[in-house]
Amino acid sequence: MSKTKEVKAKEPLFHIVARDVMHPGASFGIRVAAFVVALLLSALFVWVTVKVDLITFLKTMFRGAFGMDKVFEAEGFENAWTALLSSYMWATLKAAAKLLIIAVALGPAFKMRFWNVGAEGQVIIGAMAAAFVMYHYSTMPGPLLLLVMLVVSILAGGIWGLIPAFFKTKLNTNETLFTLMMNYIAMKIADYFYNLWRGAKSALGMINQTSRAGWLRSLWSGKDAAWFRNEDLWFMIIVLVFTVLMFFYLKSTKQGYEIAVVGESHNTARYAGISVTKVMLRTMAISGAICGICGFLLVSSQSHTINSAMAGGFGFTAIIVAWLSKFNSFTMIGTSVLIVALQNGSMLMANTYSDRGFSPSAADVIVAIMLLMVIGCEFFIKYRVMFKHSAKEAKA
Amino acid sequence: MIIWIQKAISFAAFIMLAALGELLSERSGSLNLGTPGTLCVGASVGFITAFNYCKSVETPNMFELLVLILLSSFAAGAIMGIIFAFFTVSLRINQNVVGLVMTILGTGLAEFLSVYFIESTTGNVRCDPAYYLFTAKIPFLSDKLGIVSDLLFNYGFMFYVTIVLAVVMMLFLNRTRAGLNLRSVGENPGTADAAGISVSKYRYLAAGIGSGISGLAGIYCVLEFKSGAWATSDIITIEAFGWLAVALVIFAMWKPLNLLWGSFVFGICYWAYLYLPNLLGVKMSDDLTRMLPYIITIVVLIVVSLRKKKENLGPEALGLSYFREER
Repeated sequence: MSKTKEVKAKEPLFHIVARDVMHPGASFGIRVAAFVVALLLSALFVWVTVKVDLITFLKTMFRGAFGMDKVFEAEGFENAWTALLSSYMWATLKAAAKLLIIAVALGPAFKMRFWNVGAEGQVIIGAMAAAFVMYHYSTMPGPLLLLVMLVVSILAGGIWGLIPAFFKTKLNTNETLFTLMMNYIAMKIADYFYNLWRGAKSALGMINQTSRAGWLRSLWSGKDAAWFRNEDLWFMIIVLVFTVLMFFYLKSTKQGYEIAVVGESHNTARYAGISVTKVMLRTMAISGAICGICGFLLVSSQSHTINSAMAGGFGFTAIIVAWLSKFNSFTMIGTSVLIVALQNGSMLMANTYSDRGFSPSAADVIVAIMLLMVIGCEFFIKYRVMFKHSAKEAKA
Repeated sequence: MIIWIQKAISFAAFIMLAALGELLSERSGSLNLGTPGTLCVGASVGFITAFNYCKSVETPNMFELLVLILLSSFAAGAIMGIIFAFFTVSLRINQNVVGLVMTILGTGLAEFLSVYFIESTTGNVRCDPAYYLFTAKIPFLSDKLGIVSDLLFNYGFMFYVTIVLAVVMMLFLNRTRAGLNLRSVGENPGTADAAGISVSKYRYLAAGIGSGISGLAGIYCVLEFKSGAWATSDIITIEAFGWLAVALVIFAMWKPLNLLWGSFVFGICYWAYLYLPNLLGVKMSDDLTRMLPYIITIVVLIVVSLRKKKENLGPEALGLSYFREER
């Protein structure tokens, strides 16, 4: 009667195993689940603080994000087009386009595993350069002025991106912290010019308010159709063009392939004869240049002025968008619309329930809850949690 | 000149406290970019606690008030740190991404709570008992020693706590077993794990305690540097201070004692726009002089990488998640 003595090792309750590539449908399902959980959590947050129930919350959020009712009083609602222009929907699309182009700009840098957290600064410096030309050379003929502004913005943004890349390649300086500091330098430069141009006035206001030199709308005449004269629309179209171009740049060109290889491993890249230095400098120049273009577009078509907050934190949010979208520009479209929709929806919540102490900053909280859930769910896509019993079953 | 140094030191003190917290978590390998948010939450929660405590009782008990403020700020910060650690250590999500989200969450939450609990969106709110508590000076030393008093003993108790904490942290990191383990987790988690050190435990603790310390820095900033006045709109300023604290850690090359003079340099730079033009007799734009701390940090980053001394480059595994099966 020999009893085999079972040796019991203390087994952890669960352990974590890396997954192979997950079925795309399943990973999509996990993301949707995370989205729903985040909405429920936000609803809970709203219910606890201001006692607004789930349905009202969702309705208000949706209206604030995609509602077609008018935000402000436009000059009469002539047709569907003008109605659209003054709707919440339009505001969301407009902001999403701004977020999208920055995310698109960051895509190649991140794919190369270069942590460019300096998009905010690159956008501001691009805008600054455009505004500088606009302010000092407003007598130039319209199209030429815009062209010069564009070129200067590209150069400014590109150089702002190149500086940290240069030190990264030469001395291996930490790029996260370097680009982060560059943001603040750009902001202070913008502050400096803002105060310089403002002079004794209380605020700068729009540059070239009367002559409209350097404004995108100075390009067309009054005879063109209403939709054609809309600066926001052109902004969106240009952003979409960049999105498509970037997708194919990363997917189908040699340079895009080089970026992917450098991102995977510097040594592999060197072995394959790819110059890591060259790729890194080139990619950061492109990344910064597109941020610069975003700055140019903001100055010429949206704000017509500068200040240090003009990127509005989108330079940071775009990092999360780019990362969530796995550097795929088309996915970024959806992600940026989603994030801006949340932001705008929460803003309407804040305006509606401000008397109950619901402030606009709640928008940040709701967006942050959403982002935490969505980035948190990446874990379940990448890894599998094996519990004690399921591990045994797997063995048997 | 003396006022400049005084102001620089009082600025340096809370930036240093925030940086100490960040330093602790960076030495364990977590680059916590959520520190600015943590600072805001610590400030907001701490002030709300103080404000409501003072409102609820006739004569506030100073000791209770002190404990409440410190506990609430520390706890608020620590919770932020633990959330960060949960996502980066347990779920292994990229630290930069989580950190940035934590900053969004922190600033948003700080503003939200402040509006929700204090119900004043405009203008300053004060909580004088707490202000007196934080600015009370050492009786004899602060006025009888001439210039020494002015420069060294003109601050509230948190100043001395901060300095002591810096020394304690230096001793902890360099002289104790736990400190050695913590550093090894930051340098090479794989090796640490093989030696039987729990990477997760150390990273959780470092992020939690570190963020707690940063949270304290938030309320310290409000009650001493900002002279006890709280306005919801100040949160943006506090956030900017948080980024300076992150920069300061690099500036100090991840060594607690370097923070002492590093933060002083930052303080001098921060106030340079007020005093430097007068001293040199030139007119300078304050926007440009305010760039100095950031430019200096970049220069330090470059100089440090120029020297290529490995121990100055920061913890080797900084910013990387650790997964045992990927070794």
